[in-house]
Amino acid sequence: MASTTTSTFRRILPQLVILGCALMLNVLVFPDFFRIEFQNGRLFGNLIDVLNRGAPVALLSIGMTLVIATRGIDLSVGAVMAIAGATAASLVVEGHGWVTALLGALAVGAICGAWNGLLVAILRIQPIVATLVLMVAGRGIAQLITEGTILTFLNPGLIRLGAGTIMGVPTPIILWIVLGAFAAFAVRRTALGLLIESIGVNQASSRLAGINARVLLISVYLVSGLCAALAGVIVAADIKGADANNAGLWLELDAILAVVIGGNSLLGGRFSIVASLLGALIIQSVNSVILLSGMPPEFNLVIKALLILAILVIQSPKVGHAVYMLRAAGPKAFDTRPAPAARPQKEQS
Amino acid sequence: MTDDPRPMLHARGVSKFFPGAVALDDVELKLYPGEVHALLGENGAGKSTLIKCLTGVYRRDGGVITLDGADIAPHSTLDSQKLGIGTVYQEVNLLPNLTVAENLFLGRQPTRLGLLARRRMVTEAREVLADYGLDIDPAEPLTSYSVAVQQVVAIARAVEMSGKVLILDEPTASLDRDEVQLLFSVIRTLKARGLAVVFITHFLDQVFDISDRATILRNGRVVGTRLLDGVSQTDIVTLMLGRQLEARVHDRAPRTLGDLLIEVDGLAKSGMLDPASLRIHKGEVVGLAGLLGSGRTETANLIFGAVPADQGRILREGHEIRVTNPREAVAQGFALCPEDRKTDGIVGDLSVRDNIVLALQARQGWWRPIPRAKVTEIAEHYVKALDIRLASLDMPIRLLSGGNQQKALLARWLATAPDFLILDEPTRGIDVGAHAEIIALIESLREQGMALLVASSELEELVAYSTRVIVLRDRRQVSELTGDAISTSNIIHAIADEPIQEAS
Ligand SMILES: Nc1ncnc2c1ncn2[C@@H]1O[C@H](COP(=O)(O)OP(=O)(O)OP(=O)(O)O)[C@@H](O)[C@H]1O
Ligand SMILES: [Mg+2]
Repeated sequence: MASTTTSTFRRILPQLVILGCALMLNVLVFPDFFRIEFQNGRLFGNLIDVLNRGAPVALLSIGMTLVIATRGIDLSVGAVMAIAGATAASLVVEGHGWVTALLGALAVGAICGAWNGLLVAILRIQPIVATLVLMVAGRGIAQLITEGTILTFLNPGLIRLGAGTIMGVPTPIILWIVLGAFAAFAVRRTALGLLIESIGVNQASSRLAGINARVLLISVYLVSGLCAALAGVIVAADIKGADANNAGLWLELDAILAVVIGGNSLLGGRFSIVASLLGALIIQSVNSVILLSGMPPEFNLVIKALLILAILVIQSPKVGHAVYMLRAAGPKAFDTRPAPAARPQKEQS
Repeated sequence: MTDDPRPMLHARGVSKFFPGAVALDDVELKLYPGEVHALLGENGAGKSTLIKCLTGVYRRDGGVITLDGADIAPHSTLDSQKLGIGTVYQEVNLLPNLTVAENLFLGRQPTRLGLLARRRMVTEAREVLADYGLDIDPAEPLTSYSVAVQQVVAIARAVEMSGKVLILDEPTASLDRDEVQLLFSVIRTLKARGLAVVFITHFLDQVFDISDRATILRNGRVVGTRLLDGVSQTDIVTLMLGRQLEARVHDRAPRTLGDLLIEVDGLAKSGMLDPASLRIHKGEVVGLAGLLGSGRTETANLIFGAVPADQGRILREGHEIRVTNPREAVAQGFALCPEDRKTDGIVGDLSVRDNIVLALQARQGWWRPIPRAKVTEIAEHYVKALDIRLASLDMPIRLLSGGNQQKALLARWLATAPDFLILDEPTRGIDVGAHAEIIALIESLREQGMALLVASSELEELVAYSTRVIVLRDRRQVSELTGDAISTSNIIHAIADEPIQEAS
């Protein structure tokens, strides 16, 4: 047990270091960054903001990690957020309670995920194409639900999911931490993690070993849909309205980025949900630096891109290897990696 | 020829360290022009690693390599090809989505007016492959052909690439006798042209057939270089293993058959296998013999549900069972160790430990994880029982040597304690010592009452452990040998009963 704890820690160490650096940058541009106050029964502070604003991407990254571990990708999560938000909004507008709205949104998310899963697992369409379908169609569906307007609502129960607090902590923070912890625990305390990694590395071998690859594949897309639905509800609740055009826009890319910053390979296989969650926090911290530094908004995207690029370069195996060689400071360092030209190609089947 | 003062390729003091393992320790290898040089050693001795160090796949940690008198330090396969060293690595390393012709000519495609001359490429490919007795359509994607065909394509490619040295790492592991002979005639031509050929294999007959000299590795060190004219197979084996291989007597006398376990009734899939029927009792080893493409692997795959059959049924102890996919087969106590370990067997990035328990875990279901201590216990047990050489149970299985991967896959299925074990080429890439042990293992499993179906292209091996041999030809069962009728010559006879057109 102790050895698994240390190996988990070693796995997420780079992400922890990067997150630390990103937070220090925040302190540089805004010295009071770490100050947290308790007012009117709610925690306030920039750090709390990072945790709170990062919730949608953090939630998305949980499902996305699992999908990517199977060597897939889910481009539809942003659109599913919009559909789920629209569903929840229209349900409360029709007079249903917030519980019904939440369950309805989750059900819709599950259906979307199952649809993706069917395309990938049964019809064997490549994940990027399969999920592109819903990515494109999803916003249209959301618009049909909201009938083209921004559907606003006043249901306090629903609003509490996005803007409320539980024991002083903003609800979204609780939601993503609880769900993330649950997911990380569930995949490692059962054999799910192993089986998902196995189909990600070699689906043919896994199937022949008796693994039910189809059901597992459908399940990961389903989980991704559920996570997206919850994220969609939070975003809608936060602005007290469902915006079919803008809710979750481009967030699928942030989610993928979070997974990548989390050190998970897009080629599938070994994964860490905790590392992806840290990746989501890193992205939000970078957003926060830009915001707090008061730079003109035109620079935002460029600076974000540069910072992300820096993070990815630091993480690249080439750089890691160079650092290793420097540290070993001698020609006799171990090189276990084959030269690039001879690296066995991953078979695509 | 060996008194030529200057070797074509001379490697001195080559060393390679991996975390937790010294793969090569101060290795010397001299190749003279016009010689076929066998590189021998147990599984994990370092043969493939040496080849990879010579050809720049791995960076060597020490040593000097001279080619034709000049120091070389290739840093990639491409580099060594340019220097005139053509290589076929142990794990066929082609691009599965490209066509056969493209794979053959990749990097030096024939062009016309700067454009790819596709038609000419296909014709040329057809000619090249004809030299190896292959009559296939080079415009088809590589994946539509068997491992054996892919192996031949890889060899043909390497031969085209090699101007000075040709290195073949277990090229014959999935080839038939006839194809091996064709390959040998190609090697003899190259030898006459003055090339130096390195030949790695675990088939000692082939070594003595084609090679002039042999260098023997053990645990990453050279334990000897011998002119093959003056030594016997036993000497070589003793050098390889560091001990004598005791001769085992296969007592084929007591044949107490258990109850009928599996009955296959008219199982077929169009284009793959004509209706096949067979009965397997507990405590019986049924051998499947036949040429490549004769339906051995297909029979195994259909019974295991790896490919769903379109007609026929399977009965277990008299009751019809449903086996439409491997999961259902595993639930029935079936196990299949597949032919192509790289694509259908190992899960490369996962640890050896996880690979060994994978099938057991899949059968238990995801909600019942095998406790970690138990996993380690199982893995350690099989590592010991099958003598799998590894640095640690946590290393990714793809880093194991080929033969050790094969053993780990066997362990995966033995761990599920199957009632019915199907083995497709169980000894491919396994060294002489382990080979004898696997045969002994098959015999002891049979004695414990397991039912086994074993497909193999090694007839001696089939003869050693089978209680019955079914011979296949052209995707059809043509005869069945039992008792004393089981002999290599009878099997060959049955296989070659009529002139056969080898389809790919
Ligand atoms: N990249 C690697 N990292 C760690 N260990 C390695 C790596 N590659 C090979 N090894 C180890 O080095 C040893 C030599 O392996 P190698 O593949 O050269 O054996 P081999 O002689 O070709 O065996 P076989 O006959 O089974 O193919 C093995 O013990 C293997 O586990
Ligand atoms: Mg090898």
